[in-house]
Amino acid sequence: MEQLFQSLAGNPIVVSVLLALPPLIFILLYALVTVYLEMKIAAHMQDRVAYMRTGWHGVLQPVADMLKLIQKEDIIPSSGDKILFILAPYLIFMGTYAGFAAIPFSPAYVGSNVNLGVFYIVAATSIVVVGLLMSGWASNNKWSLLGSMRSAAQLVSYELPTILAILVAVMLTGSLNLQEVIQAQAGGFWNWTVFGGGSVSVVQKIFLLPFTITSFLILFTASLAEVNRTPFDLPEAESELVQGYNTEYSGMKFAIFYLSEYANMFLVSAVATCLFLGGWQSPFGEALNGPFWGVFWLVLKGMGFVVLQIWIRWTLPRLRVDQLMYTSWKVLTPMLFVCIFAVGFILVL
Amino acid sequence: MSPQEIHDNLKAKFGSDVAEAKLDAPQPWIRIEPDKVEGVARFLRDEPVFQFDYLSCLSGVDYNDGRLGVVYHLCSTTLKHSIVLKAICTKEQPHVQTVSAVWGTANWHEREAFDMIGIRFDGHPDLRRILCPDDWEGHPLRKDYKVPEFYDGMRVPY
Amino acid sequence: MIESKVLPTDYVTKPADLVTSTGRSLRTDEMIINMGPQHPSTHGVLRLEIVVDGEIVVDVIPHIGYLHRCFEKHAEHMTNYQQVIPYADRMDYVASMNNDWGYALAVERLLKIQVPPRVEYIRVIMAELQRIASHLIALGTFGIDMGAFTPFLWCFRDRERILDLFEMTCGARLLYNYIWVGGVSHDLPAKFVERAKDFCAYFKPKIKEFNDLLTYNEIFIKRTANVGVLPRDIGINYACSGPMLRGSGIDWDLRRDDPYGVYNDVEWEVQIGRGEMGTVGDVWDRFIVKVREMEQSVRIIEQALAKIPDGNVQAAIPKRIRPDAGEIYVRTESPRGELGFYIISDGTTSPYRVKARSPAFANLSVIHEIARGCMIADLVAIVGSTDIVLGEVDR
Repeated sequence: MEQLFQSLAGNPIVVSVLLALPPLIFILLYALVTVYLEMKIAAHMQDRVAYMRTGWHGVLQPVADMLKLIQKEDIIPSSGDKILFILAPYLIFMGTYAGFAAIPFSPAYVGSNVNLGVFYIVAATSIVVVGLLMSGWASNNKWSLLGSMRSAAQLVSYELPTILAILVAVMLTGSLNLQEVIQAQAGGFWNWTVFGGGSVSVVQKIFLLPFTITSFLILFTASLAEVNRTPFDLPEAESELVQGYNTEYSGMKFAIFYLSEYANMFLVSAVATCLFLGGWQSPFGEALNGPFWGVFWLVLKGMGFVVLQIWIRWTLPRLRVDQLMYTSWKVLTPMLFVCIFAVGFILVL
Repeated sequence: MSPQEIHDNLKAKFGSDVAEAKLDAPQPWIRIEPDKVEGVARFLRDEPVFQFDYLSCLSGVDYNDGRLGVVYHLCSTTLKHSIVLKAICTKEQPHVQTVSAVWGTANWHEREAFDMIGIRFDGHPDLRRILCPDDWEGHPLRKDYKVPEFYDGMRVPY
Repeated sequence: MIESKVLPTDYVTKPADLVTSTGRSLRTDEMIINMGPQHPSTHGVLRLEIVVDGEIVVDVIPHIGYLHRCFEKHAEHMTNYQQVIPYADRMDYVASMNNDWGYALAVERLLKIQVPPRVEYIRVIMAELQRIASHLIALGTFGIDMGAFTPFLWCFRDRERILDLFEMTCGARLLYNYIWVGGVSHDLPAKFVERAKDFCAYFKPKIKEFNDLLTYNEIFIKRTANVGVLPRDIGINYACSGPMLRGSGIDWDLRRDDPYGVYNDVEWEVQIGRGEMGTVGDVWDRFIVKVREMEQSVRIIEQALAKIPDGNVQAAIPKRIRPDAGEIYVRTESPRGELGFYIISDGTTSPYRVKARSPAFANLSVIHEIARGCMIADLVAIVGSTDIVLGEVDR
């Protein structure tokens, strides 16, 4: 794809811009679809029907919502810190969007094929914490401040299990470059990392299975916390903190918070998919594989997890702050240490 | 325990502080001197034969003849009997001893009686208005209460 | 008798006592936050002034009165005893039937009249349907407080069926003005008994479904067990009542202990908290008591529907109600607890003084005792579990 753009445009800056566009377009389209999906799934779980008036079964409602948010008055608290207040939502979106750069959407397209892809994504998404703290502080609202403090603590705590779970996948595939990680899982779903990976013997696979599955589940759990979804949605716990860090935001800035939250949901799902579920690889070996099928498989797997996140959100209550910390530090992290040790041990044997 | 026995017991213990009683009413009541209420209340709560541990209701009343009253509806969750106490004071000296140290619930009920009727509960830890705004004037449930024309610049009668 | 334990507030650090080796105090500043009057989880216009140290609540000061609508003043100014009933409706607007009954019963006792047996049964059926409806709101909104949204809408779905029953009975869905002094406004419509039976059959499995979704959810139990423990002596001292008091393991229900209606003619049991998931009197106990009371209410309704006699729905009362001078305090068990009406009559056609003793008022006044030392999230759970309706607190 890079070569294609190169030959079309020639100028490297234009090529970069063109390469950066697909994720952005994807995020916007995806957000519209997911907002609709979430509302419909939630409604049907709750014996309702949700929007029915705007278009067929309300399909145009997300567009209407978006138009409304764009038109809304943009209120900036007079006693808040104006610059930080304006900057925060864009910083958060930037962190998420930057993460998309290293996601390989297909064998032919990845925004930036960096060698430390996984590491880069973890680092880039950490910027989100800064944005959250900024928004909470700049709002000059005690609830916002509490919310942003909670989310900073939460993101920092759950970064650790995320990274450790990623480490398990990296140990099995032997690379930090996501394209290479995915290529290492070629040849059908039994070669995916979650089932032990493609480069190990059958006996090793049997022993690896419990540990890889555990790591994958923990990665998924931690990613729920990373994107502030129930049962870890404390930073914006509506019933406790009004709306958390984005209480004071309205109009376009709120829309951007919303957008980055949804984009983040897909980002963590895509990372988990690439590391453990073969990314753009078809589950049936070489059948249905290729650049275009690759996009299909990655989006399908990613959306599967997004739907799972939605399902969990509308089912479970939320944890308390201390229980949240307990889960991260005393349950998930020690379990992952065991997994890493066991995987390493089995690989050496 | 019958109201008669309760009355006799109180009379024996407190003498003239137990001012008056109407024991043939559908709900018999005993009137206590307003400055002796707490002692009687504590006695009724702690004495094993009474065990009036539950203050159902505390109401302030304006009798419209210069007297204000506080009515205590007591019952016992263990012995399942009940009695009504009354304390009557005058409009000029609207002072009644607090029972908020005896029954925690009296705290808010007494604040309400203060807010609505204007009875001062001596010894109350936090005697503020509870339902009306802090800067409201007068006590709305007094029979001679006149609705003010304005409150904070807003017309009240509409 | 179940002994209650002392409130576990040990996890509050005492910052003032912590001093570093260089003698610097580790005390941090406390922050005062206003929770409410506009806040999603204060269930109306309650304002809690909370002092927090980080996430830990150091003190709670409730401020009420934002919804004060002068019920007592209005009642005194009516020209007729019946006219107070619509105002009583609006006190606890999610349990209007129970309010109507409480007031009507007080006036009837003042008049010393007996209502026909059919009325007694209709009233019990209405009151218990209303109790289920009210508990459904309490449980559903409590789910929202815990972050679970779906149970709330399930509860509202079921409550809707009860409101449909009320609608076919008296035309109104929220504020009924149905139970009048001396009877009810009109007889049950045709097919009501049948539809109410259908509802009971429909509702019983829904309770189990609700329990599976929320009550026995691991996270939910973690959030509610051992939180906001109300010891039995404090509960009685603060005159808590209803599920709040029964959650603390006290076997006290006015339907049985101060009988009225025909509750003695039907079989049912008083539900109390037993500390199954933690300590007796914690938030979970208060929650489960409400769930089990709904089951008992269904039982009562089914028996009452089977036994309901034919007959008149209005007792012979004079056109203008004029009780003899006197006073009465009548208490009934509303969904929230002891709803008392203290009425003084001076022999005229309107009450001289009406004092409404609302259960939520007393239940709320204990909150600073049980919320001290908990976390903000726990405070939300405690407020939710006390099941206050601000219309009733402020009257």
